[in-house]
Amino acid sequence: MAEFFQQSFHAHFNFWIYVILMMIGLWALIAKNNLIKKLIGMSIFQTAIILFYVSLGVKAGATIPILDPYGNKEQAAAYAEESDPAKGKNEKKGTEEKGDSSYVGKKSPNPDIMANPLPHVLMLTAIVVGVATLGVALSIAQMIFKEFGSLEEDEILEIVKGGNVDD
Amino acid sequence: MIFAFDIVILVFLVIAAIIALSVKDLLSASMIFGIYGFLICLLWAEMGAVDVAFTEAAVGAGISAVLMIATVFNTKRKSSD
Repeated sequence: MAEFFQQSFHAHFNFWIYVILMMIGLWALIAKNNLIKKLIGMSIFQTAIILFYVSLGVKAGATIPILDPYGNKEQAAAYAEESDPAKGKNEKKGTEEKGDSSYVGKKSPNPDIMANPLPHVLMLTAIVVGVATLGVALSIAQMIFKEFGSLEEDEILEIVKGGNVDD
Repeated sequence: MIFAFDIVILVFLVIAAIIALSVKDLLSASMIFGIYGFLICLLWAEMGAVDVAFTEAAVGAGISAVLMIATVFNTKRKSSD
């Protein structure tokens, strides 16, 4: 039981909350009567999906995915440590690259010390699309209010069924 | 990622979501939804996604809260549930 807690709850807490938020949003979309409340639920659903994707890019002890060759001492130290074996090989071969502690001008940064930026970039698009969806949905809600004089789903359905829409 | 900070923000996130969906006043619901947006922006920054964090702060928390408040003022403020 303690092992289960350690492995599935402590290590994957983000994913539990993602499922909970997604179900809250789905419940609001289905069960709430007010149209604005339904739209808040839709937004919560979207943020839950974005939370899932950003959680995939998280690494333990990783920093933000920005390469800072001149300012960040920790990144520089981690990179120097990473490139040490290569430097040893170069020294054996006797090339000109020995004794160089800064990593400016070297091949590539070490990806292990940064969070994975690919899900972040994908989710930027999802956030913008979500706001556009919310804007269109809110404008449709305003038009429904102008037509029926109400934002409640049951009242609108009653007016539609009764057939006394004045236009 | 700082685990204690992570847990605190996630718990507040769930609380904010439930309160935003359960208040009867739609203006309060919109404001609490804005708080939800800023909390999730804090969560992105804490998880190392700074680009997502400032997009969410500007677009998610700012614009969507403003759009929602504008809709509430153009329609009705009371909600049945």
